[in-house]
Parts: sequence; C-alpha cells; structure tokens
Amino acid sequence: MSTNIASSAEKRDAAAAVPDKQGRFGSFGGRYVPETLVYALDQLEAEYAKACADPAFKAELEDLLKHFVGRPSPFYHAKRLSEQVGGAQIWLKREDLNHTGAHKINNTIGQALLTLRMGKTRVIAETGAGQHGVATATACAHFGLPCVVYMGEEDIRRQAPNVFSMKLLGAEVRPVTSGSRTLRDAVNEAMRDWMSSVGDTHYILGSVVGPHPFPQIVRDFQSVIGRETIEQSIERIGRLPNMAVACVGGGSNAAGMFYPFVEHKDVELVGVEAGGRSNDPGQHAAPLTYGKPGVLHGSFSYVMQDEDGQTSDVHSMSAGLDYPGVGPEHSYWKDAGRVRYTSCRDDEAMRAFDALAMTEGIMPALESSHAIAKGMELAKGRAKDDVIVVCLSGRGDKDASEIARIKGVKFG
Amino acid sequence: MSSIDQLFAKLRSENRKALMPFITAGDPDVAFTSAVLQELVKRGAHMCEVGIPYSDPIADGPVIQASYTRALEKKIKLCDILTMLGETTPKLAAPAVTMVSYAIVYRHGVEKYCDDVRAAGVAGLIVPDLPVEESPQLLKICSARELSLIQLVTPLTPRERAIRICETSTGFVYYVSVAGITGERTQLPPELAENVAWLRQQTKLPICIGFGVSQPEHVRLLAPAADGLIVGSAIVRRIATAAERPREEVLKEVGDYVETLIKSLP
Repeated sequence: MSTNIASSAEKRDAAAAVPDKQGRFGSFGGRYVPETLVYALDQLEAEYAKACADPAFKAELEDLLKHFVGRPSPFYHAKRLSEQVGGAQIWLKREDLNHTGAHKINNTIGQALLTLRMGKTRVIAETGAGQHGVATATACAHFGLPCVVYMGEEDIRRQAPNVFSMKLLGAEVRPVTSGSRTLRDAVNEAMRDWMSSVGDTHYILGSVVGPHPFPQIVRDFQSVIGRETIEQSIERIGRLPNMAVACVGGGSNAAGMFYPFVEHKDVELVGVEAGGRSNDPGQHAAPLTYGKPGVLHGSFSYVMQDEDGQTSDVHSMSAGLDYPGVGPEHSYWKDAGRVRYTSCRDDEAMRAFDALAMTEGIMPALESSHAIAKGMELAKGRAKDDVIVVCLSGRGDKDASEIARIKGVKFG
Repeated sequence: MSSIDQLFAKLRSENRKALMPFITAGDPDVAFTSAVLQELVKRGAHMCEVGIPYSDPIADGPVIQASYTRALEKKIKLCDILTMLGETTPKLAAPAVTMVSYAIVYRHGVEKYCDDVRAAGVAGLIVPDLPVEESPQLLKICSARELSLIQLVTPLTPRERAIRICETSTGFVYYVSVAGITGERTQLPPELAENVAWLRQQTKLPICIGFGVSQPEHVRLLAPAADGLIVGSAIVRRIATAAERPREEVLKEVGDYVETLIKSLP
C-alpha cells in the first residue's frame, strides 16, 4: 500500500495544489501566531520538505504504518446495514481497527519521526476526547520521547479511561483549568508551553488546524486513508465509489479521506459536522454550517465567534467534535464547492451508533457515528449498485460510559 | 508624525527613557480602567498599553489571561471599551495603544477597527498574533490613519528577519525579552541587553522591552539599553484585587508601584 507523500504531491492537479508558500488554501489558512512561534514553524516546514524528499523517511514511515499501526486498514462492505437502510451499498473504511483504535496514529507516528529528525527531545500535544493524546503517548513511548499532553479539566472528567491509558504509556497529562476547560483551551495551553520550549520541544498538533504548516502536514499524513480507499475500491468494486462521507471536528480524518479524491471530480464528498442538540447558538459545533470566516488558533478559517471575535461556546456529545473551529482546507473546499458540508444532531448520531452495533457488530466512536448517520441518510433510496464509503474514524469503546450516561443507564 | 513618534523624539532629545504600563480593559469594569489610566499618567507613565480582552490569548501568561477571562465573564464588549477610550484619552497627557488579537480586529472589520480606535484617540496598535508576513494590509490601513503598528521581535527571531520586522514597524519596536509568554520573572536572560544593543544599531526606531519586566532592578538594568520598558502582569496582578478591595486603595497601590519603577529610570 502506498504511503508515498512526495509523489502524490507531484501528482496534484492545479485545484489540489494547496497550500501556497504562505500556507494559504485560497484565502484560508496562513499563520496568525506570536513572533516567538514563527521560528519553530519555519523549522518544521523546512524539515518536512526535507523529509518528503528523503526515501529513507518514507520507507521508515511505511514500515511503521504496516507493522506498528496495522495498515492497510480494511475496506468493509456493511451488507446488513445497507440492507436495513435500503438503497446504496455502504462500505466502511475501518480506521477503528488501527492500533490505538482511531485514525489519529497515522499523524502522530509521522510527526514523531519529524521530531527525531529535528533533533528535538520532548513532545507536547493537546487532546479533547483523548484519542490524539493516546496516539501521541503511544508514538512517544515507541520512540522513547518524553511526552506532555494538555487536556481540559472537563474532558479529563468525561474521558477517564483515555487519561489512564496515556499515563500507562508514560505520558504526563496536564489538566487545563482555563476558559471552557475543553479542547480549545488545551490547544491554547499547548501553544503557551511551546512558546517557552520551542528550542527542544515539538508540538504534535492533532488535527488539520493551527498555523501553517500543520494543516498541510496532518492532511498529508492522514491522506493514507483516502489513498488506500481508492486502491481498495478499484480492487473490490472495480471503480471509485460514488460518494465518500466523513465526520468533521477539526477535520483530520475527513481531510485524509477527501484529499486524494479531490481531483476525482465525479466522486461526491460530504463532510458531517456536529449538529449537537439544535441549530441554536451554543448548541452545536458546526462552524462550516453556521459560522463565519475568522481567526482562531493561528489560522484563518470558518469559526464560531460572537460579533466581537470572541470564540463561542459549542456543544457536541462527542468530545472529539466539540471544537469551535475547523481546518482551513475544509473552508477552502466548502467555498470552492468541492465538498458539501452538512451536520448531524446528537440524537441522529446516537441512532446510527445503535444501528451499526446491531446490524454489523461494530461499535463506532461517537464522532464517527455522525458520518455513519449521514451515510445512511444519503444511501436511502439510491440505486443498489451505488457505493457510499463512510470513514469509520474510530472505535466506540472509549465512549461506553458517556453512552450509558446519555441512555440513562447506571453501572453497578 | 504620530503622537508616539513625537513622544520618543522628545524623550531621545532629553536623553530620557519611557515607562509603559499595560492594563486590561474592563477588569473589573471600564470605569476603573479609565481611572487607572488617568492615575498612571498622572504618576508619570509615558504611554499606556490597553489590552483588549480576548477569549483565546495564546501569547499571554496566566495573570493576563485570567484578567481577560474576568472581563469577558462580565460581558465586556468592544464598543464599551472604545467608548471608554474616547472619553479617557483626551484627559491623558500620554499616548495610548491597544494590544489586540487579530481575531478581534478582523471580525470588527480591519478598516473599521482602525477608524474606531483613531476616533477614540488611540495612537497605535500592537497585534501580537499578526506576524510580519500577514501584516501588510493592516500596515497600509494604519499608515493612512497615522496609527502606529508596533511589531514584535523575539530572542528567537533570526537577525535578517529582525531587520525586516524593524523596516515594517512604526512607532517603536517591541522587543520580547524571553522566548515565552507574558508574566513576571525574577531573572531576565543575561544576553538581553546585548541583543537589544545589536537591534538598536539596525534601526532608528525606538525599542521598548517587554515580557517579564516587573522589578525596579530590571528597570535600572535594562533602561540604558532601550528606549522604554513595558510592564504588564505585575500591574494586572495588583488590579485583580480591585473586585474585593476599596478601589481607592488599589488605585494608590498601582500608582505607587508604577511611580517606583519610573523613579528607577536613568
């Protein structure tokens, strides 16, 4: 399975040749950061360019993805789910079967390798649901790098098992008590750490957000999802799918799925944001659907803000989608009309979770359940030989206690 | 010539240095912010930096960040701050600049923000999350309005880049003393004075040092190397007590503190 970053970069057509040298995806992206961080970002950009041109780097990454992560991840025809929906065939890209149970590891392994190349000896990361934190702690344990994970106090409470896992893997989890005490504050705190530690520390950002070059680097490392999907589609169904669907918080699994498909204009791409409880302000986390372009966390992109530019509170039952911003490339794809963005409410995602668990014996993460729900909706009534691929970005075990709470079930 | 240019021209001709306090607008309310600004200028502050509260200030340490959170919890709005500044700046015998995130400037409208602060008597802008590559548009808009756009240089800025930043900065250059966030520090890096001395040879613009400056000893040590010093967290920390203490008492304490620093200038 190909993980060839540089050659895929060469193959980009004009529409896909983003970002430019300023880190712009059209008008989105860029670098809105304190001067102190510019040095670290320049260093990262230069090292990444060197790594892309280095066959040894690509070989090492490919080897780790195969033998440590367990790639390629399966491409699975969810026959019983498709039958129940009644319409197009639903196929699942099984990122939930990766080591650590989600797509996040594709990026953390790549960035850990970059950390070593830059000669840096310490890693920091932010995490919301804890999936990126666990994936970073895992990569750091693998390479023997000390790792500090910033996590909002509120998320620590909601995601206790992942916090424990990170500690078992040798990472230090630092509670963030400022602001809303969730993912967005964890990003702020990691940035603050990095301001004082850029000399010896790399910040492994977990999504396609933040200042250039992070949105590009994370997208490239996650693009293995879309590349494998293309190869597997051709192998299994003899053609490309009609549609690919993925959930969008910051948007890393979606960017990884969509990017290789961008040039295949006949494949419809659908991004699903967290519709939360309703479309009232503060009740959802859907900046591409309800937000406006603005600046957050070093990047210009769609964001949920008030009229003064203060970041709004958002809500999703899924901690990984509970984020007021989104990667700049998604904003670019939205405005270019290449990807259609829509949203899915908490209750719809919950029903999709139940449906997939009962028909296929697969418990999806609550994040991925949003994509499943939209995939089911879009499959309904379509021709039986149409194929919809849904990115099953993570497994649902981590959400068991949250789901019990939502369903009103008490243990013991 | 902006009022900041005039200030430094005068100070340089008299071989004097500037002290610039930073305070957060709206902590605990805009009325007190106005009172503090007037008190500090009365005590001899040469310029004031007014922080516009922002929900996600990544360059700020815990003290300033907490002051932003307190102000925002009380639903402070940009329009209230602008009104307060419009009423206060005519009473100040010193220029005021706003320290503001680009997130706020962009959402308000870049031209509108500049028009509105100009109308409120503000002399310049510090936009800590707008590095030189992203700033040409704002610089043009500021220049057309005689607003200074103060750029930052840090110990990690490569020298060529530092020169480029100085070329686009107006008013003065803000030299960040340490690679890190705002906040009081007992010790400042030993190479600081040397770095600033190098920078002073590269530009005619005044250079002011900020981040970590809080003690009279810092002022005595650093002032000769620069044109001015900026003090933030040490003041904001004192103002933080204004919610539960008599305001006159806090005002006097902050005034006394700033006066001590000013007396330590050469």
